[in-house]
Amino acid sequence: MGSITLKQVTKSFGDVNVIKPLDLEIKDGEFIVFVGPSGCGKSTLLRMIAGLEDTSSGNIEIDGNDATKTPPAKRGLAMVFQSYALYPHMSVRNNIAFPLKRAKVAPAEIEAKIASAAKILNLGDYLDRKPGQLSGGQRQRVAIGRAIVRQPSAFLFDEPLSNLDASLRVNMRLEISELHKSLATTMIYVTHDQVEAMTMADRIAVFNGGVIEQVGTPMELYRNPVNRFVAGFIGSPKMNFIDVKPVDGDPTRSIGVRPEHLKVTQEQGLWTGKVGVIEHLGSETFLHVHVDGVGTLTIKDDGECPLQYGDQVNLTASQNKIMHFDKEGVTLASLSWGDNAVVAQ
Amino acid sequence: MATTQSRTLARIMLFPSVILLLAWMIVPLCMTLYFSFLDYNLLIPGNNDFVGFLNYEFFLTDPAFIESFFNTLWLVGGVLLITICGGIGLAILLDQAIWGRNYVRIMVLAPFFVMPTVSALVWKNMFMNPVNGLFAHFANWLGFAPVDFFAQIPLLSIIIIVSWQWLPFAALILLTAIQSLDREQLEAADLDGAGPFSKFYYIVLPHLSRAITAVILIETIFLLSIFAEILVTTSGGPGYASTNITYLIYTQSLLQFDVGGGSAGGIVAVIIANIVAIFLMRLIGKNLED
Amino acid sequence: MANKNSNKSKIIYTLLAWTISGMIFFPILWTLITSFKTEAEAISASPSLFMFDWTLVNYSDVLNRSPYFDHFWNSVVISVGSSLLGLLIAIPAAWSMAFVQNKRTKNLLMWMLSTKMLPPVGVLIPIYLLFRDFSLLDTKLGLVIVMTLINLPIMVWMLYTYFKEIPHEILEASRMDGAGIVEEIFHVLLPIALPGIASTLLLNVILAWNEAFWTLILTAANAAPLTAFIASYSSPEGLFYAKLSAASAMAIVPILILGWFSQKQLVRGLSFGAVK
Repeated sequence: MGSITLKQVTKSFGDVNVIKPLDLEIKDGEFIVFVGPSGCGKSTLLRMIAGLEDTSSGNIEIDGNDATKTPPAKRGLAMVFQSYALYPHMSVRNNIAFPLKRAKVAPAEIEAKIASAAKILNLGDYLDRKPGQLSGGQRQRVAIGRAIVRQPSAFLFDEPLSNLDASLRVNMRLEISELHKSLATTMIYVTHDQVEAMTMADRIAVFNGGVIEQVGTPMELYRNPVNRFVAGFIGSPKMNFIDVKPVDGDPTRSIGVRPEHLKVTQEQGLWTGKVGVIEHLGSETFLHVHVDGVGTLTIKDDGECPLQYGDQVNLTASQNKIMHFDKEGVTLASLSWGDNAVVAQ
Repeated sequence: MATTQSRTLARIMLFPSVILLLAWMIVPLCMTLYFSFLDYNLLIPGNNDFVGFLNYEFFLTDPAFIESFFNTLWLVGGVLLITICGGIGLAILLDQAIWGRNYVRIMVLAPFFVMPTVSALVWKNMFMNPVNGLFAHFANWLGFAPVDFFAQIPLLSIIIIVSWQWLPFAALILLTAIQSLDREQLEAADLDGAGPFSKFYYIVLPHLSRAITAVILIETIFLLSIFAEILVTTSGGPGYASTNITYLIYTQSLLQFDVGGGSAGGIVAVIIANIVAIFLMRLIGKNLED
Repeated sequence: MANKNSNKSKIIYTLLAWTISGMIFFPILWTLITSFKTEAEAISASPSLFMFDWTLVNYSDVLNRSPYFDHFWNSVVISVGSSLLGLLIAIPAAWSMAFVQNKRTKNLLMWMLSTKMLPPVGVLIPIYLLFRDFSLLDTKLGLVIVMTLINLPIMVWMLYTYFKEIPHEILEASRMDGAGIVEEIFHVLLPIALPGIASTLLLNVILAWNEAFWTLILTAANAAPLTAFIASYSSPEGLFYAKLSAASAMAIVPILILGWFSQKQLVRGLSFGAVK
């Protein structure tokens, strides 16, 4: 079991409120990702759930029991740290055995659990090495191994992939997702990388300035972001934002179009601009088009793109892919907007 | 990481150190301060009357204090001058590519590990003795009259001994500092056409300034309290020619049993040391921030 | 051009460095050599560096005619005892300051260091009188207490700098893994910090071994360590150069060897972190 409920949880350091009153329900077996820019409070909240930080007010319930004041060792949670936090003086075997020894598990059982963890994580050949002799990816596996042998009610991951290089990160991402499918244990995963969030999460909680802006499945957030912040944070390349002149009766102050929803057309479109830098990625092409009075728009186009630097192009997007935001940046219901004149220059 | 629990624990674990140091520093210091206002001599049992600042007046106007104050200044200043200049030279030399650098380092460092009583006695007897010392033999061989070090130049002799003890410290700290100098800076200076002297003056010396300040302050703290070297060589003599403040207070307190006078002297010494300490603490405090 | 030139300068620098370091080391070398001479050769007007009859008689004389071993033992007990006791008090304090920092941590650390800067004469009389009243004068226990206290700030400081380098996350991981504070310190912190703890111990043994204010003032015959024993040679006995040399050699050689092992840590400990 591993359901975690946060009720009006806050955290303040002196006068600074790092977490503003916050409610969140994490279901048993769920993979939830906390994502947001650095300093948004996501790591702090994770550490509060772990018990490594005090909760200033509110309650944290684990499996229905109030655990707000429970010390970390007694919460039944396991954590994988950004730096892996392996014990440098212990072999891989002893690193994995450490939590079991603390829990006074019988030696025979410890051996069995280490063996099964080593099998799951392909660590068999490294059990007698010290962490210093392992590569980043191997260390990461040991850290995960140390976490799974305890059979915790939930796993906490604190930016576990940020110290790995790009290709390894993709592999580990898959392995962690695979692990979640096979263990079906609750996982809370903190990252600043929206790609990790989108690819791994059952649900994503987008953090900003100590509050959760939106919680939902990856596609919900992609399709229906509640505000400009979420719209800009989810999706890569980032959504294009264009400020518009206020028109009577229309609360729209800015609109947003995702790069993949912008099309280069022959006929007159919504905007006309000059092609700037072209980034060829092979399977796709990112065009940066300078539009007078609007700024630079990013377009995601096919891999084979014949355009050249300096070409004049027309851009368009279907109306149902254009999002409207009011002056607070809140997304407006997408039915009631006015005529195209607002959108075009 | 900071939960209420760990904070409470931290306080408990700090407690013994804080209490012990508090007891070690505050209690005796207050007693010294208290004694310094009393007419208190262990040899003259009496009422230990309160005499106000009389002890201070006697101590500060005593010609012995004036002489030992200047001796202290000479001692500290002389040793600092020798060890800093010598230390910079040695540090630069040891920083060069040389054969057997580790052995050289070990030899340079060795005097620091010699206990003060040994180094003072070895120098006093085997080197500076006017009859049998090596220096006397050497002077005779050259045809000069040997110098009677501790009779003719007692303070300078002690400065030489103490400098020998502290030169390794200065050299080691400065060498460590020099080695942290970014080599690319020197290479850039080479490209800019800087000669060895301008490189030393504009790059090495500014880089060392912090380490030099540290050496000056730390040595000063220790040098103000030089004691054993004086005790086993000159016993402060002839007259007060090689008495420093520490030794003067020792003679007053434990040889003349003048608790009041010695305490007043102790407080004066604390004030002098504090002036140095404040600068040192600033330097260390700055360092704590980076 | 570089090769020829740099080889030439390497030779010059090497010669210069060996000459100067040889001069600095000479008094120690001379003491060691003299300790193997007869008293007559030791004061000879044409002293010889190696060409003399080597003898061990001075060592046997020092060992037989004076309670050398008692003093040696006193030095060991006082320096090692005070360093171990100091570690016991300093490790928890350093843990607190390195891992549970707050606004006051820095001030506390500075205050601890400031006690090290208190000149001993400032507390000479009270300590002497207190020791007299508690019958601690001329006892090893008394000196162990004093040495522990005067070196405690350095110990806390050194351990603090070593502990600071251990990532917090490792200690937090152990907490997540179910370790209590005692297990955290014994199974995780101490093994990781062992090299730092060892060099802290070593440096403090050296400092206590060579301390020559309190050891001279607070001891007489019973508890006198080697510093005080050697000081007794300042009387006419000191004119027996060979014996003085033998006694000195025995007092400094053990610590010279320890010192060479700890030279790197020395900088850290003695500059209070001002030089890294």
